[in-house]
Amino acid sequence: MADGVVIRAEQLTKRYGANVAVDHIDLEVRAGEIVGILGPNGSGKTTTILMLLGLTEPTEGRAEVAGFDPLRDPLEVKRRVGYLPDQIGFYDGLSALDNLAYTGRLAGLSRQEIDTRFAEAMQRVGLGAVSHARVRTFSQGMRQRLGLAEVLMKRPSVAILDEPTTALDPHSTQEFLDMIRGLKADGTAVLLSSHHLDQVQSVCDRVALFNRGRVALSGTVTELAGRILGGGHVIDVEARGSTIPERLAGVPGVVRVQALGGERYRVDCQRDLRADIARRLAPEVELIGIHFAAPSLTEVYNRYFEEARLAAQ
Amino acid sequence: MPLSRSAAGSRRGSPWTGVGTVVAKETADHLSGVRMVVIEALIFLVALVLAWFSTTTIRETIGQSPFLFLRLLTITPDPIPFSFISMVGLVTPIIAIALGFDAINAEFNQRTLSRILAQPIYRDALLFGKFLARLLSLSIALVSLWLLVLGLGFLRLGLPPSGEELIRMLGFLVATIAFGGVWLALAMLFSVLFRAPATAALAALGLWLLFALFWTVMVTPLLATVIAGPAEGIFGPNIAYISTEQTLQRLSPNTLYSDAAVALLNPTTRALGPVFVSMRELSTMVNAPLPVSQSFILIWPQLTGLIAATIVIFVIAYIVFQRQEIRA
Repeated sequence: MADGVVIRAEQLTKRYGANVAVDHIDLEVRAGEIVGILGPNGSGKTTTILMLLGLTEPTEGRAEVAGFDPLRDPLEVKRRVGYLPDQIGFYDGLSALDNLAYTGRLAGLSRQEIDTRFAEAMQRVGLGAVSHARVRTFSQGMRQRLGLAEVLMKRPSVAILDEPTTALDPHSTQEFLDMIRGLKADGTAVLLSSHHLDQVQSVCDRVALFNRGRVALSGTVTELAGRILGGGHVIDVEARGSTIPERLAGVPGVVRVQALGGERYRVDCQRDLRADIARRLAPEVELIGIHFAAPSLTEVYNRYFEEARLAAQ
Repeated sequence: MPLSRSAAGSRRGSPWTGVGTVVAKETADHLSGVRMVVIEALIFLVALVLAWFSTTTIRETIGQSPFLFLRLLTITPDPIPFSFISMVGLVTPIIAIALGFDAINAEFNQRTLSRILAQPIYRDALLFGKFLARLLSLSIALVSLWLLVLGLGFLRLGLPPSGEELIRMLGFLVATIAFGGVWLALAMLFSVLFRAPATAALAALGLWLLFALFWTVMVTPLLATVIAGPAEGIFGPNIAYISTEQTLQRLSPNTLYSDAAVALLNPTTRALGPVFVSMRELSTMVNAPLPVSQSFILIWPQLTGLIAATIVIFVIAYIVFQRQEIRA
C-alpha cells in the first residue's frame, strides 16, 4: 500500500460455467478516494464486490484489499473492510445495539470498544435516540443508516457500499451522501455501487463503468465526458435568434450541439470556447447567457450504452 | 492468470474464529424465543403425564422389578398408548427439526447473511456455531425432561434410583441427544438446500414420517424381498432376507436409537437383532440382567452410528453451503 492504493484488482475474472460474470477487470482505489462503479444489472458489479470481500473466489486474476489477498486472507480483509449490502437486513427482533454488538463481537471488538464505537456511530448517522429500539420498528431509511453505523463502528480503511441510497427519500439521500463524504474525510477509501448517476457524480472522485463484466470506462467524469461526448467541456448557451444550432456547430472545436428547449442550447466542446461562441453568434443573434455546465454522468452513461447497443447491432 | 487452490495457497486464519460468538448469540436467541417456550411446554407436558401414569402403574406392581426407575421409562402405562422412550423417540426429532429447519435459509430471507459473512468469520464457523447452539438448546430441553422425570419418579416412588440405573439413564440421555443430533443435522441440511423455511420443514418432517412410520413396516420388507428373496424359504425363514432387512432397518436413525434405548433401559436385553441360540442356552439367559458395561458394549455400534450419521449429514450441509453464492 506504499502508493496509497487500498483496492487493487488485476485481471480479476469470475466465470459460472460458460457464463463470464466478470471479465479480466483492472481496478484501483486509493485511500481517501470515492470511486463509483456503475453499470446495468448483471454487469458484474456485485460479483466484483463479493470477490474483493473474499465472499466468492475469482476464477482468474488477483485482488488486494487493504494490503491483503481476499482469497488467502479473507479474515484480514474483512477486519479492514466495512460492507453495506443493498437491501440490508437485520435481526428484527433484536435492538439496534444487539444487532451491531453481534457484528462487533464477530469483528473482534471488545465490549468497551463496542459500547464506545456504537454510541459514536449512532450519533453520527442520526440514530442516537433509537439505539435500544427493536429494528422491526425501523423504516428502510433507518435500516440503511444503521448499516452505515455498522460500517463506521469497524473504523475500516475501505468501505464498500452497494446501492446504499436505494429506497431513501430525497432528504435522507442527501444526508446519506454527506455521511459518505464524511468517510472520505476520515481517510477511508469508498467503493460505491449505484444506479443513481447524479448521486455518484456528486460524491465520487472517479467512476468505473461496467458493461458485460468488463470495466468499459474509468476516470473522472470530465475525462469520461471527453472520451464519450467528444469534448471535455460542456457550455450552456442561452440565445435568441435564427439558425443558432448551425452557427454553434460551425465553431471550430464544437463536437455536438443539443437544443434543451426554449432558447437554451448545450454545446459539447474540446476546450473552453465561450469567447469563440460569443463572437460567432454576434451580432445577428442576441446572446442572453453563456456559462460552463458540468458534464453530466447520465449523458455519458446513456451515450455509451446507446453506442454500445448500436455497435452490437 | 488462472487460479487454482494450490496456486492461491490455502486460506489463512482459524476456521473457528467467531464460533463462540455465533454459539452465544444463537443459544441466547433460542432460549429466549417463543419457539423454545413451546418446546419446553411440550416437554413439561410429556414428562408430567408420562411420569404420573407410569409411577401409578409401577406403584401397583412394585416389587416385580429391581429396576424401578428404568421401568418408569419403559412401561406403557394405562391409559397412555406410549411408553416414555417411544414418546421421547417421537418428540426428539420434532424438537430437532423445529430448531434447525430455518437455520440458514432464514438468514438468506432476512438478508443478514452477507452482512454477517462480511465480518471476519468463515462460513464454517457460522454453520458449525449454529449447529452447536441448536444442539446445546436441544440438550438443555432433553436434560430438563430427564431431570423432570427423575424428580417426579423420585417423589412419587419415594425411592432414589440406584447407581446402575442412573448410569443407564445417563447413557439413554446421551443416546437421545445423539439421535436428536441426526435430525438436527438433517433439518439444517434442508435449511441450506431450500430457501423457503416451510419447504425445509416439510422435507424434514416427510423424512421423519418415512423413518418413523413406513421404514420398518413397509420399506425395508419390500426392499429386502427385492434384494434377498421372500421372507420364508422352502426350509423355513430366509436368513438372507432377515439379515438384509436388519441392515436396511439400521439405515434408519430411529432403529438405531430404539435399539440403543431398549438395550440400555432393559438390562435383560442381551442382543440386538435376530439371535439363533439353542434352547439350552436360552434357558440360562432369560431374565438375567446384563452388567451395565456389557449393555454399553452392546449399544456402541448404534451410538457411534448415530454420531457418524450426524457428522456425515453435517459435512454434506457444509459442502453445499460452501458452494452457495452469498448475495443476500
